[in-house]
Amino acid sequence: MFLITCPYCGARDEHEFGYGHEAHIVRPTPAEYEQMSDAEWAQYLFMRKNPKGVHFERWVHTKGCRRWFNVARHTVTHEILAVYEMGKPAPQIDTEKK
Amino acid sequence: MKQRYSIFSLVRNALNYHADWQEAWRSPDPKPAYDVIIIGGGGHGLATAYYLAKEHGITNVAILEKGWIGGGNTGRNTTIVRSNYLWDESAHLYEHALKLWEGLSQDLNYNVMFSQRGIMNLAHTVHDMQALRRRVYAIQLNGIDSEILTPAQIKELVPMLDCSPNARYPIMGASFQRRGGTARHDAVAWGYARGADERGVDIIQNCEVTGFKIVNGTVQGVETTRGFIGAKKVGVVVAGHSGVIAGMAGFRLPLESHPLQALVSEPIKPILDTVVMSPQVHVYVSQSDKGELVLGAGIDAFNSYAQAGSPPIVENQLNALCDLFPAFSRLRMMRQWGGIVDTCPDASPIIGKTPVQNLFINCGWGTGGFKATPGSGNVFAHTIARGEPHPLAVPFALERFTTGYLIDEHGAAGVAH
Repeated sequence: MFLITCPYCGARDEHEFGYGHEAHIVRPTPAEYEQMSDAEWAQYLFMRKNPKGVHFERWVHTKGCRRWFNVARHTVTHEILAVYEMGKPAPQIDTEKK
Repeated sequence: MKQRYSIFSLVRNALNYHADWQEAWRSPDPKPAYDVIIIGGGGHGLATAYYLAKEHGITNVAILEKGWIGGGNTGRNTTIVRSNYLWDESAHLYEHALKLWEGLSQDLNYNVMFSQRGIMNLAHTVHDMQALRRRVYAIQLNGIDSEILTPAQIKELVPMLDCSPNARYPIMGASFQRRGGTARHDAVAWGYARGADERGVDIIQNCEVTGFKIVNGTVQGVETTRGFIGAKKVGVVVAGHSGVIAGMAGFRLPLESHPLQALVSEPIKPILDTVVMSPQVHVYVSQSDKGELVLGAGIDAFNSYAQAGSPPIVENQLNALCDLFPAFSRLRMMRQWGGIVDTCPDASPIIGKTPVQNLFINCGWGTGGFKATPGSGNVFAHTIARGEPHPLAVPFALERFTTGYLIDEHGAAGVAH
């Protein structure tokens, strides 16, 4: 169990939050739909990074403000390395140190 | 030649104070190259090597295990075996495994303590009952045993269960597979390891794969913590770390790794002679031969490679247990642990080829791989030996995420492990 610092409410227990899986997966634009192969759709829909290390992921404060945000979290230590707003690019994190 | 295990060998060795038991498998140094390398010395990997040697005559095989045999998910699951799956593809695959389970102790000359004590899935709502009927009839149409129990029949089989209509989640019925049950998970690993070793397979423990040698899209061997080992073919059977290994070979998988945890109670007298699962209240429980209740439930929602689960999951499943079996509220839990499972978007495994030539993968078993161990190894050995998927494995190819032919088994696999 760990604490997550909601950017809007502060540090709260993990079970107040819902998990939104991998962040920064870009939905293709309608113009791209027609051009995309089935394999490219598979990459977008199903294929995941699933790293052993720093993972950029989405969380939602379900039992609080109900707002979404992004988190950089280490998948072995569960240490939260960054919390940042939706739409912001992933921060640079020195993965060697972690 | 391995000594045969029997009641006579047990008596003979007992007279000798058990000082002369033969080693179950060797611990050789790796050779420079093999015909086939299996990455991952869990039940599925060991079974793969065993059937490669036994059924396909391929004995120049190494199993590379980063830890020790039986130390990963093989020794961490809740030991449940069943084949009550909804869709034809899964039903055939898991039934193939169940049929192998039924002869496994004899085949391996190793007592895997396979106990067909039956497996019961409870229904608590009208909608549960509708889904349960659909599932039972589909399973019966595939020629697999499955039946529907009334609350009175359930009460007779499991007297400790709270079947009163005033229960918070009243029990309206259950599906029951009498051929399902449990097996001793360590013995499965040890039996396959011994059988594979007897046929010439090298089991190399404490040997972690750190990379692949791939030339012109064809795998040539693996880099390990014990140096480079060449291979004509490589099979990857590493469960939770499948994504990590795939990353080394340069492709991605539709998997997420999550912790799944289990716990056992203090040992008590025989009280539960079947397996009870409740997908809705969300717990499953059986009693081991030592008398401990073995229970588990769901995964942590977030990606993780830490072999430990979160306390809220434990709390939820213990609440569920006490709802179903009020008498169990007095029990103390003795041990709790976690393993990393690789969950697939359709809750079905991936078995077959990869974008790299001669590199095969068997993964995505998620929360329910133990029951499939013999069948998984059997079809994967065929797939590696022939270079083409076993007929039962064809629908489970990685390509299904491109074609859209998903095998949605969330109903069968999402809860019961």
